[in-house]
Amino acid sequence: MSFNKNTVVFRELKQRKGRLFSGLLAITLGIAVIVAIQSITEASRQVIAGKLDLLGANIQILPQGASVDDYYSADIDAPTFPGEYVDRITASMLPGIDNLSPKLTRKVKVGENAVVLTGILPRNELAAKPVWQTSELMGAGPALTCAPSKGKESTLTEEDRKAERKAVEALGESEAWAGSLVAQKMAIRQGSTLDIQGMSFTVTHVLPETGTVDDNRVFAHLRSVQKLLGVGNQVSNIEIMGCCNEISEGLLGKLRNILPDTRIMTIGHIVNTQIETNRLMSRVTVVLLFLIVLVGSISIGNYVWANVEERRKEIGTLIAIGWDRKGIYRLFLQKSILLGVAGGLLGYLLGTVAAIILGPYLAGLAIEPVFSYLLWSLFIAVLIAFLGSCYPVYRAARLDPAVIMQEI
Amino acid sequence: MYDIRNLSKVYNHRKEPVFALRDVTWKVEPGSFTAITGPSGSGKTTLLLSLGGLIQPSSGKLHYGDLDLYRLPANRLAEFRNRSIGFVLQTFNLVPYLSALENVMLPMIAPGRKGSNPADRATSLLGDLGLSDRMDFLPRELSVGQQQRVAIARALANDPDVILADEPTGNLDPALSDEILNILEKLNAEQGKTIVMVTHSPRAAGRAGTALKLAEGRIEA
Ligand SMILES: Nc1ncnc2c1ncn2[C@@H]1O[C@H](COP(=O)(O)OP(=O)(O)OP(=O)(O)O)[C@@H](O)[C@H]1O
Ligand SMILES: [Mg+2]
Repeated sequence: MSFNKNTVVFRELKQRKGRLFSGLLAITLGIAVIVAIQSITEASRQVIAGKLDLLGANIQILPQGASVDDYYSADIDAPTFPGEYVDRITASMLPGIDNLSPKLTRKVKVGENAVVLTGILPRNELAAKPVWQTSELMGAGPALTCAPSKGKESTLTEEDRKAERKAVEALGESEAWAGSLVAQKMAIRQGSTLDIQGMSFTVTHVLPETGTVDDNRVFAHLRSVQKLLGVGNQVSNIEIMGCCNEISEGLLGKLRNILPDTRIMTIGHIVNTQIETNRLMSRVTVVLLFLIVLVGSISIGNYVWANVEERRKEIGTLIAIGWDRKGIYRLFLQKSILLGVAGGLLGYLLGTVAAIILGPYLAGLAIEPVFSYLLWSLFIAVLIAFLGSCYPVYRAARLDPAVIMQEI
Repeated sequence: MYDIRNLSKVYNHRKEPVFALRDVTWKVEPGSFTAITGPSGSGKTTLLLSLGGLIQPSSGKLHYGDLDLYRLPANRLAEFRNRSIGFVLQTFNLVPYLSALENVMLPMIAPGRKGSNPADRATSLLGDLGLSDRMDFLPRELSVGQQQRVAIARALANDPDVILADEPTGNLDPALSDEILNILEKLNAEQGKTIVMVTHSPRAAGRAGTALKLAEGRIEA
């Protein structure tokens, strides 16, 4: 190996391994803590997003006059608003809206029984109700559409509309689906006929039990229900699958701007908890990051300072044999950057391993390594090393050789 | 080689001036071997470091050939030290974590130098000084005499015209001192190196062709 200025840096590092360790410790631990917290937060964010997804639609648009005591039954017998509102939302191209399902819901009589009849667009409704997706209605497992990915656009594209038209045919004009409890109560099975206010519907599916109000409803096509009730293209609510990130970033406000004469609700507590946790964690992380940069810089600064002190004679010697200030800067800064890179790498590994081991205990979560954090770790660690060594290195390069050479 | 006119150096020690050199006027001839003597604190080291471009004098002129040394920008002065000067110091000043060979190579890899084959030159220099079998030893694994020979090899690395030695035998016993003095004498006689050596020892001073005596920062006649 040829001998050059880099070799000098490496030789020195190798000779003083013990002190190197203490210099590295603060950076490594600091980065490890941040990486571990971030990995666990990220995992919990994904889990909560997944849960929100499984819960189905999480935003409701209701007419002004609707009662909003209960999120899940607010649409029953609510006043109506024009179905064109769906197009307004679609046209706005707001990010974070995954699915729109307009509905019209009324209590109706079927023979002796009062039944809640809900008109739906079948395809949209299926997308909004992952629980249904596990049934034979769709034949596929639930797809997590709300993973926290950035920049998701509304998915109601022209393609979807075509597909929707096809799916609409899956719930024909005079066909109905029955919720499991209604079916039980009224002894409805597949093939039964329901006579609702003079129109007759064939039940093509009995829905699986969901444990929600849906079990008490009968579903028919939105157009059929609109015809049955004679309300034209009016709907009583629109359910929206909104993505958690965008909800916390003000999606609701934007929707209110588009549809000023409506009420907009979310599954408040779930979303709020999510938003709160995210806010808290990101605040905690910012504060922690600040502290770690501060403490890490001071600790590295300390180490470099001591290193400069013990190398005074060497610095004097190098100046005497013709190294200039730039050479001295380089010698020490290069070493600091190396420390930063090593600290960042070790910190990332340590933090990731800690998260993987502790995640299941602390948060009940299985943690996956997040590779992009490696770049952040390196960046922050090098920043720490650089900040910390600036002043000591500046001082090293300005040492007066006349003074050093007098020291034995 | 050197032309020194009315050179003074005043240190500031807690706002009190300390006069290290006063009005020194002196010439160093090329190829000469000078011993600087004088009591402790008389300014010997200060004068030597001034010659080496390491101490900015307070007043006066210091020319090396055509170069007005302390008018040079810092990087040119560093280059001057690197090319024209070899330092040999009482405490050897070897870099502790580098091998003998690497220590000798240091001046050849200084910033801005593109030394061709530093390893070869360092090997032959150490060989000339009888250290062929100690190349990869760390300074602490060498005897004091060997350490000083490594320091001399390092001073010669870039084949400088001048060797500035500050009490090079101060830490050595008489036998080793003679060994080092022989080397310096030979460099002066055979290679025409200009040598300026600070020493306390009359025996060492006796080896030099010229003598300069300092007292309280002044040249004594
Ligand atoms: N950095 C400094 N700050 C203040 N005073 C200094 C400094 N360096 C040297 N001096 C003073 O300058 C004077 C000359 O010092 P110098 O080291 O040149 O003497 P010297 O002849 O080499 O002495 P010795 O034989 O003990 O090495 C001394 O009085 C010393 O105290
Ligand atoms: Mg001295």
